[in-house]
Formats: sequence, structure tokens, C-alpha cells
Amino acid sequence: MTEMEFKEKLSKLESIINEHKNQQGALMPVLNETQELFGYLPEEAQKRISEELDISMAEIYGVATFYSRFTLKPRGKHTIGVCLGTACYVKNAQEIIDRIKKEIKISAGETTDDGLFTLEATRCIGCCGLAPVMTVGEDVYGKIVPEDVTDIIKKYQG
Amino acid sequence: MEMYRSHVMVCRGTGCTSSNSEQIVKNFEELLKQHGLENEVVVERTGCFGLCALGPIVIIYPEASFYSLVKPEDVEEIVNEHLIKGRVVKRLLYAETIENDTIKSIDDVDFYKKQVRIALRNCGVINPENIDEYIAFDGYKALEKVLTGMKPTEVIDTIKKSGLRGRGGGGFPTGTKWEFAAKSQADQKYVLCNADEGDPGAFMDRSVLEGDPHAVIEAMTIAAYAIGSSQGYVYVRAEYPIAVKRLAIAISQAREYGLLGQNIMGTDFNFDLEIRLGAGAFVCGEETALIASIEGERGMPRPRPPFPAVKGLFGKPTILNNVETYANIPQIINNGAEWFAAMGTEKSKGTKVFALGGKINNTGLVEVPMGTTMREVIFEIGGGIPNGKKFKAAQTGGPSGGCIPMEHIDVPIDYDNLIALGSMMGSGGLIVMDEDNCMVDIARFFLDFTVDESCGKCTPCREGTKRMLDILEKIVEGKGQEGDIEKLETLANTIKNSALCGLGQTAPNPVLSTLKYFRDEYEAHIYDKKCPAGVCQGLAKYTIIEDKCKGCGICAKQCPVTAISGKPKTPYIIEHEKCAKCGVCLEKCPFGAIIKA
Repeated sequence: MTEMEFKEKLSKLESIINEHKNQQGALMPVLNETQELFGYLPEEAQKRISEELDISMAEIYGVATFYSRFTLKPRGKHTIGVCLGTACYVKNAQEIIDRIKKEIKISAGETTDDGLFTLEATRCIGCCGLAPVMTVGEDVYGKIVPEDVTDIIKKYQG
Repeated sequence: MEMYRSHVMVCRGTGCTSSNSEQIVKNFEELLKQHGLENEVVVERTGCFGLCALGPIVIIYPEASFYSLVKPEDVEEIVNEHLIKGRVVKRLLYAETIENDTIKSIDDVDFYKKQVRIALRNCGVINPENIDEYIAFDGYKALEKVLTGMKPTEVIDTIKKSGLRGRGGGGFPTGTKWEFAAKSQADQKYVLCNADEGDPGAFMDRSVLEGDPHAVIEAMTIAAYAIGSSQGYVYVRAEYPIAVKRLAIAISQAREYGLLGQNIMGTDFNFDLEIRLGAGAFVCGEETALIASIEGERGMPRPRPPFPAVKGLFGKPTILNNVETYANIPQIINNGAEWFAAMGTEKSKGTKVFALGGKINNTGLVEVPMGTTMREVIFEIGGGIPNGKKFKAAQTGGPSGGCIPMEHIDVPIDYDNLIALGSMMGSGGLIVMDEDNCMVDIARFFLDFTVDESCGKCTPCREGTKRMLDILEKIVEGKGQEGDIEKLETLANTIKNSALCGLGQTAPNPVLSTLKYFRDEYEAHIYDKKCPAGVCQGLAKYTIIEDKCKGCGICAKQCPVTAISGKPKTPYIIEHEKCAKCGVCLEKCPFGAIIKA
């Protein structure tokens, strides 16, 4: 994100805050939309939210770190998710995630140095009929075996 | 509404969408246009048909031809043969619908035969993004009946008499909950819907929201009328984008039709709905935590009483029901309490939706009357276990539930029977495990989940579950000691009795139920240092089969801890004391001479 883009997003944040300002319990919708906008919750954005909604930074930090969807660091270009819900787990999802870790050399929750991938062990995403499942961004890959991992990742490296 | 000679229903539930059903819709639309059939044949995007194992699914009416595992490139054949020439494409039909060369109705195949669809009534039948279709299937009829002919107390009486209990897990009587809130005096009351479906392996709420969102809106409006509320919130997981989108469309359509907002149906009753997104916290399935989250706080539960019916959201009387519970309400109002109460067992009425997953042939969503046995669900509807493997256990209730072994498979499923077996109904996830699954590892898996999701407010849950996980990790790594099982039991009972909310109180269930039915597996791990299912890496033993080993030495070169030695062209040997059990040798051996036991 260039400085220009960041500034543009900050002004968009302004309208998000204004839209929810008078709602009861505005913090959650604002944080959700901020996360969507930046891909994480930059400190600068948290400061604005704190001032406009009159909620302390400490409280915002508390909420932001409580929910797993909110992140304080930028994420990679592609987020790889491996479902570790029960249906996927009993069908060897652990081997899938182990293979991905080997392949891109990071652990769950980390981002690769080139900023291309973030790896996440996700909660059940609800397509248990396709177990085991991995996702890359919005794309879903179902009924996979560890050997499929290399080819799937290659698609996003080009 | 327009009239068409054929309806092509394409499943756009999450499972089928993940296997590219949107492309199938597009191909149909394009080809129908090419043939000039767009005014004769309509393509509808519907909710889930339930049989996710065979997705993407396409059903064509009026013949009700059930096409399964359809690929985008199959569409041309279906259009040319079925829609133009009137010849069903047998090759693509769900095999179970073909018997002796004739085509059976879907309702006669094993998967659907025993099902009774109430909550899932409209899923796969209507286009969820079109309110007219919902209305054509008796939608908003119950709301009209309530607003124009019933007093709030009569509505509550009907729900009480129906015997409906909460489908989210606990099984609290819905009518009683409403009655408490109705009796509380306040200037504002709230109606909430819990769509924060967090149990891994459960996806019925998502399917109802995706396939029939208006049913939830109608039911919440009825609930609001019954308790005297004018504002509602649906708290839904942000991880369910399709459900959120369809619900938002449904809400705006309902407003447009005067079914939400001011003066609903011309009466002086007002009610409106807002969507609030969850942000990935399992504990928000607990009602007081969910309320805190809508208020913009961390989702932490608080002690009850006061119950939400007295002091809930923003300090006002509040009712909270789960999606599936709501989906039953319009049906109960339309057909009467007696109709609903006639189904099920003595204390559990109506039907329950189960999400079948794991080692089972027909993965998907099924809805059966309460009192159906586990055997019927798994072996008749679910089609049994794949690859000729043996059934070991069925896990119900997610991280709060337990594992039910073969010996109890004929018990009728209802709230009370499952609790008596040491499990619980939960939201209805039903994961089947076969002989290849290790029950100690499954218990560890669930505890790992709870430790991660514990909000940290009360000590028994925060510290206790962590200690339980430590012990379980030790056991699966092969470092279990005498006394570990007893320690687990003591901890489990203490946590059960002292944790603040449902999450903590039920967290030990996966351990207790596996200890009850599979104690021998725990003992094998601890005393014999063996994992009977061969899952636990730490207990694996790698051995080289002498006859197969060609003495190439690849394994020895790859071994990171130099535990393998030998001379070229003679069989190599693994030193078990040194072995780190990483499995590299097995992976690299070109002759398949290494086995894991």
C-alpha cells in the first residue's frame, strides 16, 4: 500500500465511522469494515476510531485482539486457509497443513517474507461435504490430498 | 410471477458453490438463450439440497430429475437432450434414483425417504433472493395470522404447547423463554437471532440463511409481536458471506413489501431488523457473550441471573433464539401446536437437522423426526462408512459434546438421551469416525479448540482446560504416566461444576465421553506406548522390512537424527531410541520397505 492509497483509505474510514456513529454498539461494525478496508487494523485507523467514537485506545485494543478476524499486522497478498473443523480433521487435514508449512516455510498465523502468502488454520467453513478443504482467498479446494498442495500453491506464485 | 414449462434448480449452497455451481448456472443461461428458450425454461439459484457429497446438484422440474456431480461442461448435454428433446440424461442422474432402468422419485431414495423437512422446507425449493417465491410457498402467512387474529399471549401459548426447544444446543423450551420476556416491563425489548454457528462440523444455520432467509425474518417478527419488541438483530458469522448477502437482500425486500418497518401489514405493529457481524469468537455462541459483542465489547459471558429475558441487550429484556429454532416457528403457527407436538419423543418434539460429516458416504444435511436412531441416520440415510471400514464412534455436539460408540447406536436421538450418554445435541453436527481415528487424539483436538476459544474470564475454563490439554498432549506424544487418567477426570469434573458459562461447563465432555467408552485406548497410549489406530506420531514405530530393503541407503541419508545405519546392499536398521518419528524415511524409501506401526 503506498502512502497515497493509505491516505485515501483513511478518508474512506471517515465515512464508515460517520455511518455508524450514532448506532448503539458501533465499535464492532466499524472494526469489521476497517479490517475489510485495510486488510488489517492500522494504529492510525484505531486512533481515528478512538477519537470519533470516544472509546479509549485500550478498549479498542482489547476488542481488536479478542476476535480472531481482526489483525494488527498487514497480511499477505493471498491468505491460505486450511479448515481444521472436525469433519476435515478426521479426514487428515493436519497432513495438508503440514505439507503447506513445508512448502512455503512458514507456520500458521505467519506471513511469508515476500508478502505473498499468509497461512491460517481456520475454523469450520461449513462445506464439510468437501472435506478436507483448503482455501486461497475466495477460492475453495475440496477433497484434496497432501500431494495436491504444491500445484495449488504454484497457481498463485506466478 | 412468470410461468415456465421447466424449472432448472441449481444448488448455490456453500458446498456446491465451492465446486463451481455458479459456472453451471451461467452455462445454462447462455445455452438457453442461444436456443431461444429463455422464456420457456427458467434457471433458479437455490439453497442447499442436503446431499453435499454429490454436489454440484441440479434438479429439473416438472420431472424432478436429480442430476448429481454435474460439471459445467455437462450442461450442454442436459440442455440438448433433456430441455430440448425431453430425454433425461441418465448418465448424470443420481445413481440411487435409477432402479431396474426406471427412474424413482427423489423422495423414495434412502437419503430422503426417512427425512421430514420442516426447518429445511424451502431449502433447494425456492430462490432465496426472491421474496415472491417465499410468499408463493405460504411465506408470511403465519405472520398475517398472528398480526390479524392472535393475541401475543396466544402466540406464546401455541409455541409452548408445540413443545419446541432451542435448537442451538441447550434445548431450553422456546415458548417459556418468550413468556419471561413478554412479562418483563420495559420501554424497549429486543429480539435476537444467533447465527454465529461456531460448532465445527455444523452448517444447518448457514444453509437455512442461505436457502430460506425469509423464514427467519418472519419468525423474528412473530417473536417480536409476542414479546412486544420493535427492534431485532441477527448476529451472523462474517465467515458466511453468502448467508450475509442473502439475508441482507431478504431484509430489504421485506421492508419494501411492508413486512418489516412501520405499520406492518397495515397494523400498528412496528419491527425492524439489523445484521451484526461476528468476528470469529466461538464463545459468542453463548447468549450473554453474544449480547456483549453486539454492544461493541469483547464477547465475554456474564453470570446469570439476571437472565437476558429480564436484562439483556443494552440492559433491556431480550430473547435470543437460534436460526433453526426460528425456522420452525412459521410452520407451527400455520399448522398448529398439535401438528408439531405429534412428531418426536415425549420431551423432544418436532424434527432436528443434522450435518453429517466425517467418515460417512452421504455427507450433507438431513432433517429427521426426533427419536430417529443414530443407526438410521448413519447407515440408512447416511449410507454407512466408506471403503468398507468399521464404524467406531459418532461425535455429536461439537466441542461441547461427546462420542457415541457402536453399543449405543440404537438409542433414539433426543435431547435427554444424548445427555444421558454423556454427549449433547448441540447444534446438530454429527461427525462419524471409523477405525482409523484415534479417540485420544480426537479428545486432544477438541480441547485444543476450547483452549484457543476460551475467553479467559473465569479460572476453571482458562487454566483448567489448558492443564487438561497439557496432559492429553503428553499422552499422545507417548509420555503419558500412571495417574494421568485420574488427573484428567478430577480436572474435568471440577471444570464442569465451576466454569462460568456453557463453553467451560461442557468443555470436558469430549474427554469424559471418550474415557467412558474408549478407556482402553487411553491405557494403550499410556501403558503400552501404542496408538491402536496408528494416528499419534509420537507413538509410531518405524521399521525396515529386511526382505524388501535393497540397501540403497537413501533413508539413512535423509534421516535428520542419524538413527538409520547399515552397509550398502544389505538391509538397513532403525535405532528406535534415536528415532524422532518424523516419517521422512518412509516417505523417501523407493521400495516401500519401511512400515509404520
